[in-house]
Amino acid sequence: MSLIEVKNLKVHYPIRGGFFNRVVDNVKAVDGVSFSIEEGETIGLVGESGSGKSTTGKAIIGLEEITSGSILYKGKDVTKRTHRKQLKYDEAVQMIFQDSMSSLNPRKRIEDIIAEPLRNFEHLSKDEEKLRVLQLLDIVGLDPDALYKYPHQFSGGQRQRIGVARAVATDPSLIIADEPVSALDLSVQAQVLNFMKKIQREFNISYLFISHDLGVVRHMCDKIAIMHRGRLVEVGTRDDIYDNPQHIYTKRLLAAIPETNVNNREQNRERRLKIEQEYQNEQSQYYDADGLAFPLVQISDTHFVALPKESLNKQGEVNG
Amino acid sequence: MLNNDSDKLLTINDVSTAFKINGKYYDAVSNVDLEVHPDEILAIVGESGCGKSTLATTVMGLHDPSETQISGEIDFEGQDLAKLDEAGYDKIRGKKIGMIFQDPLSALNPLKRVEDQIQEVLIYHTDMNSTQRHDRVIELLNQVGIDNPERTAHQFPHQLSGGMRQRIVIAIAIACKPDLIIADEPTTALDVTIQAQILDVLRDIQKENHAGIILITHDLGVVAETADRVAVMYAGQIVELGTAAQIFNEPKHPYTRSLLRSMPQRDTYNDELYVIKGMVPSLQKMPTTGDRFAPRIPWVPADAHEENPTMHEVEDGHFVRCTCYKVFKFPDEEGILS
Repeated sequence: MSLIEVKNLKVHYPIRGGFFNRVVDNVKAVDGVSFSIEEGETIGLVGESGSGKSTTGKAIIGLEEITSGSILYKGKDVTKRTHRKQLKYDEAVQMIFQDSMSSLNPRKRIEDIIAEPLRNFEHLSKDEEKLRVLQLLDIVGLDPDALYKYPHQFSGGQRQRIGVARAVATDPSLIIADEPVSALDLSVQAQVLNFMKKIQREFNISYLFISHDLGVVRHMCDKIAIMHRGRLVEVGTRDDIYDNPQHIYTKRLLAAIPETNVNNREQNRERRLKIEQEYQNEQSQYYDADGLAFPLVQISDTHFVALPKESLNKQGEVNG
Repeated sequence: MLNNDSDKLLTINDVSTAFKINGKYYDAVSNVDLEVHPDEILAIVGESGCGKSTLATTVMGLHDPSETQISGEIDFEGQDLAKLDEAGYDKIRGKKIGMIFQDPLSALNPLKRVEDQIQEVLIYHTDMNSTQRHDRVIELLNQVGIDNPERTAHQFPHQLSGGMRQRIVIAIAIACKPDLIIADEPTTALDVTIQAQILDVLRDIQKENHAGIILITHDLGVVAETADRVAVMYAGQIVELGTAAQIFNEPKHPYTRSLLRSMPQRDTYNDELYVIKGMVPSLQKMPTTGDRFAPRIPWVPADAHEENPTMHEVEDGHFVRCTCYKVFKFPDEEGILS
């Protein structure tokens, strides 16, 4: 049984207008997304801005109202309040945000920020609480004197680590990390990523790693889901996605990542332009009449691609 | 592509920019020497706070003289920009030097149509009549790869996507065919696919106009794909300068090597990423003597550093600051556990 199973998740925002302000249309931010997260694994959710990746993350943790679909945690639907309470879902799933400056309360000391989830869910004495906060600070490599400081007294990387400490406070089984390092410099990013991996090993945490940076995703994730226009276009292991991409959108995204190899610059550029051309020409085959991706089809044990039914036979030949 | 000395476009000579904090001046950029040639893309890379944007805004003369002190010479086509007053700069900015900023939404006026914003530069710097200006606007929009220029010219910035907006900003920057274009993080706010397109547009423009481009970025991938030459900055100084191939294939300075090593790569899944020890010193705490990067590589013996590090030419056109690069090794290469 998977830790989390997302089934046909839809999040639509109504557009109101006309007479009596009726709902005239919907923005389909997430439109039928299904995937599962196993215990202790990192799944990367990748897409461009507006693809619905953050909305998916927020819907899983409950920050976004779900239009339809279900989210199973240990086999039970946590969109129902009773299950949520029974399974202690709000403790088990935590989140790390992109902008540490706006996700940490500027008027609270670090002690209170990290202790907040503990105060909500666990009834510890003052001393126990302090001990726990100190442990958490130690895990993310911050000094004990950080306890009495305020968020603005830290650098961006340190603040992001405080966010990580807060997220692991309740000993969660899943952390949703929404672009956790995109605001950070390269050397600081390395540090935060290292801590995230270390914590995962120690506490057997699963991550839903939401990012647009395919380099970071390749470093962090076991499994990767590519999202486009509110739907998943390809899901697979790291090797499936990077070495054997099947969907034209995945290919295009991969080709657009700048490589640090100066010597192959011209080849990279030519390849990218060729794929971009291919994308313009063949786009219609990969999306239905409304411009939406087709349902995912399994092409190997681990690899799922949103391909139209007809092209499947052709694909089979290519892979076979 | 290294040009000879005769066709320098911009020569930055011993330039320092100091900001006033609580009545005292502190160097954000110190003693930078740099040349830009026509027809080349020079990338300036470094992390936030290294002074790369300050250097660009110094060249553009965008600092408030009552809060900043600028010393040194900025020779642009025979004119010393550092000595220019506001009126003098007005004749150069937008005409001879174009600038592209990071955030296209705040660089554009939300109340003006695209056409009017591009025409603004043309009205100020040229004596074209209104038909000529309109034709030029359409030509520019075509050049930056906008499909339906007539329609886009009539739109407002909020009606355009991020990539389209950045194209408009580029169109404004190149409207008067400037000899030098300064692009400060032009693609940082954009998605990767859009980023690739914008970089292509920049490269095409450089080829067409034979302009020199200063590309400021923190993204080493962008640099590797676009730049002809690269200057790596740390704590207000250039620490390494060379062709893109020299910097990426044979990085010498410990900072450059550390940066490249902290990048997630294809096969780093099972490894820990390299973390540079310590933090970038703040402006007020910037050391005035010695190698500024020394505190971050504490295992390197003190006598390996120069007292006043200077640039050394290690290869034709490849310069490195301080002598410590000769002995520098990462802790795991030396067998020391960090």
